[in-house]
Amino acid sequence: MRSPLRAVALLLAALAIGFSSVLSSPTGQAQADDPTRAAEPITSHDDPRWQAILAEARGQTVFFNGWGGADRINDYVAWAADRAEDLYGIRVEHVRVGDVAEIVSRVLAERTAGRTEGGSVDLAWINGENFAAMKENGLLGPPFVHLLPNFRFVDTEARPTTVIDFGVPTDGLESPWGMAQLVFVHDTAVLPDPPRSIPALLNWARDNPGRFAYPQPPDFHGTTFLKQALITLTADPELLQQPADQVDFDAVTAPLWTYLDQLNPLLWRGGSAFAQSGPQLIGLLDDGEIDLAFNFNPSEASAAIANGQLPDTVRTYVLDGGTIGNTHFVAVPFNANARAGAIVFADFLLSPEAQLRKVDPQIWGDPTVLAMDRLPEAWRVRFEEMPLGVATLPPDALGTPLLEPHPSWMPALEAEWQRRYGA
Amino acid sequence: MAAPLRRLNAGPGRLAARPAVRPSPSTDRRGGWLSVVPIGTLAIFLGPVVLGLIGTAVPAFGVLPALGGTEPTLEPWRTLLDAPGLGRSVALSVGTGVVSTVLALALALAVVIGWHGTRPFRWVQHTLAPLLALPHAALALGLTFLLAASGWGVRLLHGFGDLAGMELFARPPLFAPLQDPYGIALTLGLVLKEAPFLLLMTLAALGQIDVRRNLAAARALGYGPLAAWLKVVVPQLYPQIRLPIYAVLAFAVSVVDVALILGPSTPPPLAVQVLRWFNDPDLSMRFVASAGACLQLCLVIGLIGAWRLGELAVARGCRRLLTNGRRGRTARSIRVPAMGGWALVAGLCALATLAMILKSVAGRWRFPDLLPTAFTLDAWARGLTVLAEPLAVTVVAALAATVVALALTVGCLEYERRAGIKPTTRALWLLYTPLLVPQIAFLFGIQVLLVILRLDGTLFALIWSHLLFVLPYVFLSLADPWRSLDPRYERTARCLGVAPAAVFWRVKLPMLLRPLLFAAAIGVAVSVAQYLPTLFAGAGRYATLTTEAVGQASGADRRTIGVTAVAQMVVPIVAFTLALAIPAILFRHRKGLR
Repeated sequence: MRSPLRAVALLLAALAIGFSSVLSSPTGQAQADDPTRAAEPITSHDDPRWQAILAEARGQTVFFNGWGGADRINDYVAWAADRAEDLYGIRVEHVRVGDVAEIVSRVLAERTAGRTEGGSVDLAWINGENFAAMKENGLLGPPFVHLLPNFRFVDTEARPTTVIDFGVPTDGLESPWGMAQLVFVHDTAVLPDPPRSIPALLNWARDNPGRFAYPQPPDFHGTTFLKQALITLTADPELLQQPADQVDFDAVTAPLWTYLDQLNPLLWRGGSAFAQSGPQLIGLLDDGEIDLAFNFNPSEASAAIANGQLPDTVRTYVLDGGTIGNTHFVAVPFNANARAGAIVFADFLLSPEAQLRKVDPQIWGDPTVLAMDRLPEAWRVRFEEMPLGVATLPPDALGTPLLEPHPSWMPALEAEWQRRYGA
Repeated sequence: MAAPLRRLNAGPGRLAARPAVRPSPSTDRRGGWLSVVPIGTLAIFLGPVVLGLIGTAVPAFGVLPALGGTEPTLEPWRTLLDAPGLGRSVALSVGTGVVSTVLALALALAVVIGWHGTRPFRWVQHTLAPLLALPHAALALGLTFLLAASGWGVRLLHGFGDLAGMELFARPPLFAPLQDPYGIALTLGLVLKEAPFLLLMTLAALGQIDVRRNLAAARALGYGPLAAWLKVVVPQLYPQIRLPIYAVLAFAVSVVDVALILGPSTPPPLAVQVLRWFNDPDLSMRFVASAGACLQLCLVIGLIGAWRLGELAVARGCRRLLTNGRRGRTARSIRVPAMGGWALVAGLCALATLAMILKSVAGRWRFPDLLPTAFTLDAWARGLTVLAEPLAVTVVAALAATVVALALTVGCLEYERRAGIKPTTRALWLLYTPLLVPQIAFLFGIQVLLVILRLDGTLFALIWSHLLFVLPYVFLSLADPWRSLDPRYERTARCLGVAPAAVFWRVKLPMLLRPLLFAAAIGVAVSVAQYLPTLFAGAGRYATLTTEAVGQASGADRRTIGVTAVAQMVVPIVAFTLALAIPAILFRHRKGLR
């Protein structure tokens, strides 16, 4: 070994051999008797098949991957992980990512390398666009939601978003975890009478330039604002339920761009810089850089007040005519290493105990996916007695959430926004 | 006066490192098993770069079987060139990268020329270690609070307004030099990190030149101080710092973490845009991302090439100036701006650090209060539990990468010594490779490789990826002290009958403990600052304080950001403190080693 080039060549050769051996190794055959791949639904924790899943899960380590940008959520997941260890003997490792798309990337990189089992992600917190991408590319599966005994409590009727994710049927590939609805946030001491519709927002911004901001698409909150404006402004909102390439995209979205052409120069920093996330708006509101913010979690403002991140004069409201709402989910990738453990943890996240704690604004304040009328009496009472926080609207004041447009609208809107304002 | 000029074109001589030269048969025996070390080192750290580049380049031409790409095509390049804002992204990368490098270089040279050998220069040297230890992400986060519309700068103006009885900025203004479309904040952030590094490299290079006698000779011939520096010393100095300058340029043009925090986003610099494409939910964007990563590589290569041409042009253009015999006058004209610039750099870094410390303990701190109105340790109480694991990962990765880097460096240097090899320029280029190639251009390829090897998301992969960047810095900081140790100590010990291994452990190591520890501290600081390598090799399973800090930058509670940033600063500071304290304690009874 005299020359460095030869060393590199040898290393390359060694890697190539490693590569081919991975490719030629037999792909994991699904075992017919695997309880985590059963076809029939499980509706009771006493079901022997559930017991079989629990037995398989015991001792497994579940890598739960999700957005990790909020302390309260991370604390909640840490609690859930502790409970799951106590109850079922599974270890849950919370892998915090900055962008959920990183999870999709990683599972894809694994499939690129031919890793059909022993993947690094056991359970992923996703919805919408990322779910659509994973489902379409076969990065999820087989279905598992019918195996969760606690799924029988889920409000699939009044909350259709728990089984249809941005217009895409979940097909049992992801289990609902929580709800979200767009609410606007203002400090009553600074802005007592905020604008209550999308057109009114523009008029208000003309009088108060620089005091409103929306995060830069493709940030989730930013795109949600675009969709909210589009639903209000477009002539026929029904068209948004169809895939974006099956309608006249330019015609349907023209009013939105006319609107943004006027609004953007009136934004925070004159539209020359954009906030990078929803939570950042809360900070800007507290700093007095903006007077009007919004968030996709109806109880975020209450939590921020309790936390000392916002003054206690802050309140939330929804626009006249309603705001967008959706559901977020957990999904098991096709090559999960601890599939049984992931299923058990997903079931725990749906339990009344875990869902009630998640509703508590002191803890997280994420609305439940469960139906009150499907719950046992004792749990229903505890849900109803939960104080929601000073700035949180009661469920009836939130109104009926507007349906998310088909997921194909997200990339289409983001690309067009990027072309017009992002470059 | 033509001699220095020829040297300007001739390339570096003595700073060079790395025994890539084939040992002659007669010296082979003397190297013994050590001869494996240089080759091994090369494979460990150039292999991944080469393989990573291949792994990134192949998808750029449409080949990535997992996404159904099997036929080579130029489609990704077409999509890339059609991408909206690509031109501005490239212009932004080039502009901020080149301007920040020029400014940092000018500042470093001006400080040396104006103040070298004076008492204030010792102060400058004292500020160097803390400035180098400051992680990029933490510094950038601190700067955001200085520059924001509701930040310290505006609050200070508001306070002055109050004193003068005027209502200045009753509300935060609509514009602020942060994430601005021209990248002013980004350029500033880069200069703050690059100027100290270039100054350090300049100081190291000055050790290779006999500055005092060169200057004395020039002064004796009647040249003014400034002219003596510019005409005699700088032409000898520049070739020695050429590679560090290229590394700084490459870094600045392809930086991601600082750009995410301080840079504009409509559009962002190219490297950030490429990372966005890699993370796009539309998986077919991976092809475009790969093409973008290749473009980033071309951009860096092109810029380094252009810089080299610029060097040649300057050398040619200045030939007459160097030899025209004009003696020039004093160096006073650059003294004030040089020290002012340095004070600005050090001051902004100190204020950014202070801002983060205050943020981390602030209860309520609303505009326009200059200081928090309430203090709380809540964020720390919470942060210490949340950050315990990232902190542990940070420390373990930093220590492991540093120890391995030290072992490899010492092995290489010892082999070089025993085999009697003269370090070459080409070898130095190899050492600098990971610093010259944009990280984004080979890390995606490395990620795929790691997955193939089933090493992704392992601590091993994380340490390895950090090693790529730690090793060059450790080598650079250790090579000079190691080589300049008087060989007679070794010879004397051997003459007294001590075995070579014992000489190494009992004579050389203690004598070189101080530079060894300093190199280790630099290694730790470099490892702590890594963002992209941690992201790609850690596969999300290993969060470090840096990934946490960048992840929190656009969200979460600002107090939490403060805690994370401060924690991130503490690790390298502890490392540097230990590097100073250990020899002082160990050698308290040995005056010569203290």
